[in-house]
Amino acid sequence: MLLELIKQPWPWYISGIVIAFIMIALLFFGKSFGFSSNLRTICSMIGAGKKVRFFDFNWKVQKWNLFFLVGAVIGGYIASTFLESNVPLNLSKSTIADLARLGIQFDGGLNPPQLFDFKSLASFKVVLTLLLGGMLVGFGSRYAGGCTSGHAISGLSNLQLPSLVAVIGFFIGGLIMTHFLFPIIF
Amino acid sequence: MVKSEAMSWYRIQEMFRFQAFHMYGIIGTAVVCGVIAVFLIKKAGVKDLHGQPIKFQNKDKSWRKYIIGGTIFGLGWALTGACPGPIFVGIGYGYLGMVVVAIGALTGTYLYGVVKDKLPH
Repeated sequence: MLLELIKQPWPWYISGIVIAFIMIALLFFGKSFGFSSNLRTICSMIGAGKKVRFFDFNWKVQKWNLFFLVGAVIGGYIASTFLESNVPLNLSKSTIADLARLGIQFDGGLNPPQLFDFKSLASFKVVLTLLLGGMLVGFGSRYAGGCTSGHAISGLSNLQLPSLVAVIGFFIGGLIMTHFLFPIIF
Repeated sequence: MVKSEAMSWYRIQEMFRFQAFHMYGIIGTAVVCGVIAVFLIKKAGVKDLHGQPIKFQNKDKSWRKYIIGGTIFGLGWALTGACPGPIFVGIGYGYLGMVVVAIGALTGTYLYGVVKDKLPH
């Protein structure tokens, strides 16, 4: 019975509360909630520190955050394997229409298969899009000193004005991509 | 993240088109709860598990990096529908394309390390 309840799509306020809870729990462990530093840590782990000073630090102190990353992967796996419901994602009709106009079909799932399915990786354009998008996320989050967890959640919770500026930046970028660049790309 | 669809490419699109409250609800709720929690923690001088008082760092005030870096990040966030956390949640969920995004993210991070001293901060 409880399992059926958990399998249903979660309302936004539940997610918001859980995210805040995670941030608070990490504080109690003497850590802070910020996911993008994992990208820097991984670079350091694979030896980037030998070539670039930025990655030359004791990455082992960030091991806890790597565990968090592994947990996130496991969480995704558990959710898809044991907690899936057949309820299609309740996406707004105007979004469905906008995306259709760009040639992107909404299939009721979380991500468009034409970009994220294994088969789609055969397309050079898809791979380039994903690589470039990833690079923007990686470069941008390091440059801004954080991503949505570090700035939008932790930073804003601590009433940090720099984080508000970062979040405004996130939105400027997202809006430019969505409204001006998508019609060119898709 | 999966059950609330916060790692959904479609939901991020919806958010940047202002066509639903959902994502704003998630982030807004988290921030409201977070602000209250941080306020209470500071007021009560709460200690963490190691017996140390929970301290908060102020972010440094070099503005340009937040607005430029933030914008670059946002471009990627809209294109891939994922920020760093959802990239890895997506891999666990089964979206192999997210592995490509992850490789891109690591490459982008590395690139920043290489050029950072030439960038405005």
